[in-house]
Amino acid sequence: MARAASKSGTASKAAAKPAAKRTSSRSRAKAKPSFDNDTLMQFYKDMLLIRRFEERAGQLYGMGLIGGFCHLYIGQEAVVIGMQHALDECDSVITGYRDHGHMLACGMEARGVMAELTGRKDGYSRGKGGSMHMFSREKRFFGGHGIVGAQVPLGGGLAFAAKYRETGGVSVAYFGDGASNQGQIAETMNMASLWKLPLIMVIENNKYGMGTSVNRSSAGPALHLRGDAYGIKNKKIDGMNVMTMAEECKEAVEYARTSGPVLLEAETYRYRGHSMSDPAKYRSRDEVNKMREERDPIETLREHLIKSKIVDADALKKIDADVRAVVADSAEFAQSSPEPNPSELYTDILIEA
Amino acid sequence: MAIDILMPALSPTMTEGKLARWLVKVGDDVSAGDLIAEIETDKATMEVEAVDEGKVGKLLVEEGAEGVEVNAIIAVLVGEGEEAPADAGKSAPPAASPAPAAAAAPAPVAPQPLAAAPTAAMDAAEAKAYESTKEQTVRDALRDAMAEEMRRDGDVFLMGEEVAEYQGAYKVSQGLLDEFGAKRVIDTPITEHGFAGIGVGAAFDGLKPIVEFMTFNFSMQAMDHIINSAAKTLYMSGGQMGCPIVFRGPNGAAARVAAQHSQCYASWFAHVPGLIVISPYSAGDAKGLLKAAIRNPNPVIFLENELLYGQTFDVPTDEDFVTPIGRAKVLREGKDVTITAFSLMCQKALEAADILAGEGIEAEVIDLRTIRPLDTDTIVRSVQKTNRLVSVEEGWPYAGIGAELAATMMEKAFDWLDAPVVRVAGEDVPMPYAANLEQLALANADDIVAAAKAACYR
Repeated sequence: MARAASKSGTASKAAAKPAAKRTSSRSRAKAKPSFDNDTLMQFYKDMLLIRRFEERAGQLYGMGLIGGFCHLYIGQEAVVIGMQHALDECDSVITGYRDHGHMLACGMEARGVMAELTGRKDGYSRGKGGSMHMFSREKRFFGGHGIVGAQVPLGGGLAFAAKYRETGGVSVAYFGDGASNQGQIAETMNMASLWKLPLIMVIENNKYGMGTSVNRSSAGPALHLRGDAYGIKNKKIDGMNVMTMAEECKEAVEYARTSGPVLLEAETYRYRGHSMSDPAKYRSRDEVNKMREERDPIETLREHLIKSKIVDADALKKIDADVRAVVADSAEFAQSSPEPNPSELYTDILIEA
Repeated sequence: MAIDILMPALSPTMTEGKLARWLVKVGDDVSAGDLIAEIETDKATMEVEAVDEGKVGKLLVEEGAEGVEVNAIIAVLVGEGEEAPADAGKSAPPAASPAPAAAAAPAPVAPQPLAAAPTAAMDAAEAKAYESTKEQTVRDALRDAMAEEMRRDGDVFLMGEEVAEYQGAYKVSQGLLDEFGAKRVIDTPITEHGFAGIGVGAAFDGLKPIVEFMTFNFSMQAMDHIINSAAKTLYMSGGQMGCPIVFRGPNGAAARVAAQHSQCYASWFAHVPGLIVISPYSAGDAKGLLKAAIRNPNPVIFLENELLYGQTFDVPTDEDFVTPIGRAKVLREGKDVTITAFSLMCQKALEAADILAGEGIEAEVIDLRTIRPLDTDTIVRSVQKTNRLVSVEEGWPYAGIGAELAATMMEKAFDWLDAPVVRVAGEDVPMPYAANLEQLALANADDIVAAAKAACYR
């Protein structure tokens, strides 16, 4: 992972096979993705961290320690981990309210994220943002936005800033299939294409906007094809496979860095409800189970690691234990951190000029 | 070590629920992430995952059981080769540990708004700046303010509809494209929601956008980004995400354009913590306050007035002069009644003061200039002298700036008032098109005169 600043991630990036020339992109997409073992292990670890973190968040919510809305990312881990692999430190990331996975992927500390979920002073927003509103300027993670679709023009603004300042950075704006019908996204696609902004729009199509199937909410043959109307390069990707995601995102990021916006549609799936309170009546249990059993991104990679003899089961067990320890530590931290001081009520409203 | 599994809450208001189904049985090995049970309430269903690994030692609640209390122990996991302790699940459920109390602290008190307190020095600096002036229209003063700030700071840029090649729908940005180029003076499509969002995003990363709305009527399309993205994110990020952006453009009634294109947004924006709201009257203030707004690290709503663009005032020649935000200005001194106004209504208030003077009433006219944070001190000081207040605004009376001023006087100057605060505002109707009806809907000098007389019991 480039941005989690792990040593192995950096090393593996340097060792990664150089990208084929763009002319061969079609054959490359079909070719078996090739990542070194360290990178694959890092993918596994990073996805597992999100999975375990979210399960624990669900548990703390169940215990009444996390309030309000809590949208879990379980099932979608490959999307953000695959994309993050393609990014550099100068790049920006912004997303909607299902954001815990994105923050962890950007290298934000599990402790700070969990402590924000419990509304404590050591949370990333000092307890004033909660699940949907966390930020890290240091990691160039710009939120965490609670209004459906708002992050896309904001992400366009981050891309605008990168271009204005000629930083060479790109901006990645994630949104869901539900948000893709927002007018502001059409507006942003139009301006991003007109102004050739280095913006990568990633639709995380988990097939349901809250409880409404994408087929019942979205006209047209496919969400990514909406890019065609604006002359935006676009593609559908298997978002349940981290290796495919990483390959395709690398190509998209390279393109955006020099040539303008890209629209990706990652086909993915959330196992849990829209938020913690979800009637679970709009899709069948069989559908969810089938996805879990046949397409799970972590299981898929795990099988690949074992089958290819990259690693043995014991080594994976060790990773599992390490990840669980990080998550357990974050949960403990999030419960022991104090609530914000009452004086915080009136801070951070305006910056003193 | 045995691990208790508790009945989870599916929402903050849930107190009990149904254990619809067990997905494991005693003796099963479970790993973190395995589904163990299905929980239902009247509105939600959720599968519960194990967050630890172990063997299912006991299931303490029957499948199908209703009314299971949140945080009751529903199952026990045991380690390898361990048995469930005999008393498992009998102990009181370990309630979620309450948050440690925050360090003892005094109850929060709203700090005084940003208005700088001791003002004599500021007033003196402002008076000094006006020792050397030139005549200029509001339109040109606004353009100069932007041009000077853009020369001073490469991060400042202007975006909006028709700001570049057309030279501004109201010619406020005339000449800026020639001087600064298309990179910094940017024509947008007619999509306020989208370009306001792009401006806010650029500001999050430290650029200093000036977003022009052709008129503030169209800012409604961008309202979500102004309020939810620009104004609130600093707070929601615990102070990390400043948003140095100016939204500017003409506000208020123009002439004969009917309801959708004629209204005052001062009280709309003034309602929102996290925004600064400015509405200048004179060209000098338009320039000095726009420069201050561009330099300010917060989101600023800058409400201009189309009917003032062509009017000429004295403007300080010193390019370094910046009018302080949060300071009202006494336009005319008087001892009998205080009249507050802003933007075009200052003109009507000054006209009214002339008429009142002819009838022996000395009105003190105060230009609010900044609507939020309001310069309450200057108004209170004036009311302590005149004991009467008339609030004038172009917008609607209901929940308007006058309502705010009346409440503020109750709180801060009640003992000084000799008469109820009187509000002069636009009529509480959508703006009509017909010339005669439009005139009836707008406040004018005669309305202000009548209000001032009423306050003086004359």
